[in-house]
Amino acid sequence: MPMQTSKRKTLKRAGAAIAAAVAAGVLRPQDVGAAWNKDAFGQKTLADALKSLGAVAAADSKDIVIDAPQIAENGAVVPVEITSNLPGTKSIVVLIEKNPFPLVAKFDFLEGAVPFVKVNVKMGEPSNVRVLAEAGGKYYAAFKEVKVTIGGCGG
Amino acid sequence: MADPMKIRAGLKGDIADVRVLMNHPMETGQRKDASGNLIPPHFIQEIAVRLNGKTVIDAQVSQGVSRNPVFSFRVKGAKVGDRLEISWLDNKGEKNSTETALA
Repeated sequence: MPMQTSKRKTLKRAGAAIAAAVAAGVLRPQDVGAAWNKDAFGQKTLADALKSLGAVAAADSKDIVIDAPQIAENGAVVPVEITSNLPGTKSIVVLIEKNPFPLVAKFDFLEGAVPFVKVNVKMGEPSNVRVLAEAGGKYYAAFKEVKVTIGGCGG
Repeated sequence: MADPMKIRAGLKGDIADVRVLMNHPMETGQRKDASGNLIPPHFIQEIAVRLNGKTVIDAQVSQGVSRNPVFSFRVKGAKVGDRLEISWLDNKGEKNSTETALA
């Protein structure tokens, strides 16, 4: 099919361009890490975001510790601190269930990193903060409810 | 030109406690300006933390992260004099990077 052929050619060309850029020292290999997951970040419901991440079957875990305020006065800045005590945690994912785009962040921990992160997030309305941790090829989940006095998405 | 980042890193034993502040509007694309026009999205998408040039944390974030984002990370196996570098890339292709020596 001609469409597919041309797509393949385009991809091939793009690949060659990246290789050339790396060779020329324009891009360092570290800069071309995991590309932004447009599909998962673009999902508008929690269910679709989980599906896109392949995390629908995540089992609840008490080894994921979420520290967030019960009531956030300002939804524009809600501090969330996460620690995963699951052995071999490879990544931590943060989702705000009722935000227009639920997926907020995915942190990949490589060798040397502690599976811990603190991040400030925006919340438009009271919602569960859902956290996934990926360990041993599986996703585990935990959540914490946060109430919001002033929403943070309308500015 | 992106505003500089502020980075603070302390060692507790062999664990580096890192706190970073990035100056960035983190526009969601859902806000309107004074004349009612939507402000286009402008937000950081990728963040990398490197210890002595080796990537230890690779993050992807969305417009759901607060304006002027602050992150805390922890890296183990670190020692005095190690080079810690943090960089980001946003949806417009703007990037910034800063580094500090652990003390």
